Amino acid sequence: MINPLKNSAHRAWLILIVATGMTWYLGEVGAAGTLAIVTMLLIAFVKGRLVILDFMELRNAPALWRALLEGWLILVSSLILL
Amino acid sequence: MTTVALTPPDNTKRLPGDLAIWFFILAEMLAFAVFFSAYAFARARHVEMFNLYQQTLDRNLGALNTVLLITGSWFVVLAVQAAHRNDQKAIPRNILLGFLCGGGFLVVKVIEYAAKFGAGISMSTNTFYMFYISLTFFHFMHVILGMVILAILWVQARKGVYGAHDAHGLESGAAYWHMVDLLWIVLFPLVYVMR
Repeated sequence: MINPLKNSAHRAWLILIVATGMTWYLGEVGAAGTLAIVTMLLIAFVKGRLVILDFMELRNAPALWRALLEGWLILVSSLILL
Repeated sequence: MTTVALTPPDNTKRLPGDLAIWFFILAEMLAFAVFFSAYAFARARHVEMFNLYQQTLDRNLGALNTVLLITGSWFVVLAVQAAHRNDQKAIPRNILLGFLCGGGFLVVKVIEYAAKFGAGISMSTNTFYMFYISLTFFHFMHVILGMVILAILWVQARKGVYGAHDAHGLESGAAYWHMVDLLWIVLFPLVYVMR
């Protein structure tokens, strides 16, 4: 039997859609304040990392390029939190 | 003719696409990082005003656009995977589906802009709208450029340019398209949801 979730791209798509729903839901319930912002940044970090590793296919890229893109996510999150 | 394996063995580290596109992507991402932090700093100085006017944004359309870009990115990954297994039919088909997702994004965004401009909102209305319009429009332009790249990839893919023998150009264009997705993944919560 073929398991569609064996393909990392399918798996990433599914998680990305669910995570988008989570962010949307936080907006619907009016989540506000530092805790809400940190939660949304964590969700964005998980999503961004999936795009970098499974869509851009940097999982097996030279460490420098992986670090540059993942570092961008951390940099942007930190700047937003400041 | 004997086929020479051009792809390195799986345990070798490899950067997909051309090195040049990654420098370009990095430069674009840094520009957006500056933009995002400018938004966050401006928001910190006018929290109440930003929270007030953020409520006028259509979160549902913003989330729908996130789904469209994620799905568009996914189709383009499928195109790259198709190239690696030399499935010549699936390459252009998936590129086209990715392109259509981009088109859907643009349509949704135009509907959103029409509602805002129709309500008399412009860049000069206030700082929040100045950021909302300029940030989303800057990103909008990148979606258009991404779609131009996808259109070129589609034409090339139909000619059979990409396959197991060479997927470099396809991978480079795909990486740019994923960047457009990545930027929106930060932009959507930042501008539409965080308060």
